[in-house]
Amino acid sequence: MGMPIAHVMASGMQGIRAAGDLVARMQFAKRMRLKEAKEYVAKKLGVDVIELVDVEVMRNLREELDIGVVTSVPGAATGIEAKARIAELLGIPIAPVERLKSKLE
Amino acid sequence: MEYYCRLGDGHLIKMTKEDMKNSIEAGTNDAAERGEIPALTDDEQEFLLDIMCNPQKNVSVEPGNEIVVTHDIGTIRIDGDQGNSGVGIPVSRLAGILIHERAFGTDTMELGHIDYSFKPVKPIIFQEQQTVERVNLLATILVLYGAMPNLGLYYYPDGPFNNPSERFQAGDVAGALEAQEKAAEHAHRDMVYIMKNLWDVGCEGVNFDTTAAAGDADFYATLMATEELKRDTGLVVEMGMAAENVIGIHGSIEYKGMRLAGLYPHEQVKVAEKAGVDVFGPVVNTNTSRDMAWNMARAVTFVKACVEASDIPIHVNMGMGVGGTPMFETPATDMVTRASKAMAEVAKVDGI
Repeated sequence: MGMPIAHVMASGMQGIRAAGDLVARMQFAKRMRLKEAKEYVAKKLGVDVIELVDVEVMRNLREELDIGVVTSVPGAATGIEAKARIAELLGIPIAPVERLKSKLE
Repeated sequence: MEYYCRLGDGHLIKMTKEDMKNSIEAGTNDAAERGEIPALTDDEQEFLLDIMCNPQKNVSVEPGNEIVVTHDIGTIRIDGDQGNSGVGIPVSRLAGILIHERAFGTDTMELGHIDYSFKPVKPIIFQEQQTVERVNLLATILVLYGAMPNLGLYYYPDGPFNNPSERFQAGDVAGALEAQEKAAEHAHRDMVYIMKNLWDVGCEGVNFDTTAAAGDADFYATLMATEELKRDTGLVVEMGMAAENVIGIHGSIEYKGMRLAGLYPHEQVKVAEKAGVDVFGPVVNTNTSRDMAWNMARAVTFVKACVEASDIPIHVNMGMGVGGTPMFETPATDMVTRASKAMAEVAKVDGI
């Protein structure tokens, strides 16, 4: 609680609860700095940058796009399914998704 | 009027606003002198003073100033023992990753071996490959494989090479230097072996955690491993440091013309970039005898210079005893949240 939760509550983007995981992916995949990564993801999602951490917006949008939601929704994409859709949405390769594709070839 | 503050060891104290202001000025000047970097401006020092004197117990960033929050050490925090600040809940590493993803709101996560050093992973690489495969099926967020280069494990009595400390004490300087160079070769080889095997089963990336903990040879081994992994695989690479200053236990090791001993965060990141690192994690150590106003100003000064020098994202290390947080196993959230806000809004980090 003293570190992980304190940091998330003070300054975090809340992962799959909002869009923090998507912004992080662009930082790692394309070495984007924070501002650029936020703008890139917001454009791909069709939202304003401020809405990337608005759970009221992102909860519904993530379910609509089927890219993984924080609550357990029967039928919704999870894990590798969600990652495959995120790779397509963001236009980046994701290693386990590439492995899945190679298994289907 | 007095305000609550803490010492670097977490002990609660009271300070006047004037004392707090003086501490902030002294802290930023200490970093500026050591790193030969700019001190915080008067406005930035005033902003830090406002954060420290905020009457609320916990503070947070303004809307729009949120940053990415990632984790090193991985699920050991859940199922590990006190030695890793773990809370001893008997769940699998996979479950720990999903707990962080779906309950803690983390933006990336990490899988790690309970020892958390690379060397012990080598004999159990197939177990780790299997776990990566299972994690990749169920996790949605980016999951790195994390471990420490930990060059110390390659020295007698834990490893095959002479212990440099013993060699130095015996007056055998050449022997001490040779032992570090050989250890670095082996550590480089082991890190590449492990991560190439994990890449083969779909691992997304690696976090080299507490890089340079055993000095400049430790840093060198990790840079060489990074270079090879970026050349031969599609792994993303995060490099988190162990300290604000690279200890020159060897003293003369260079990477691409840059002497590694003595580098500060704004210099470390430029070397990391040359090796191909994608995300860099600077560390600034907490002085337990000084108050947290001093420590926070000092940490923010070092990290701000690193952010400005960098061409890659900066995820500052902010666990216990680094990055403007108290050196205490269960750090108080009042200071953690103040440091978090200061790093996001003054140092302008890309993540934690």
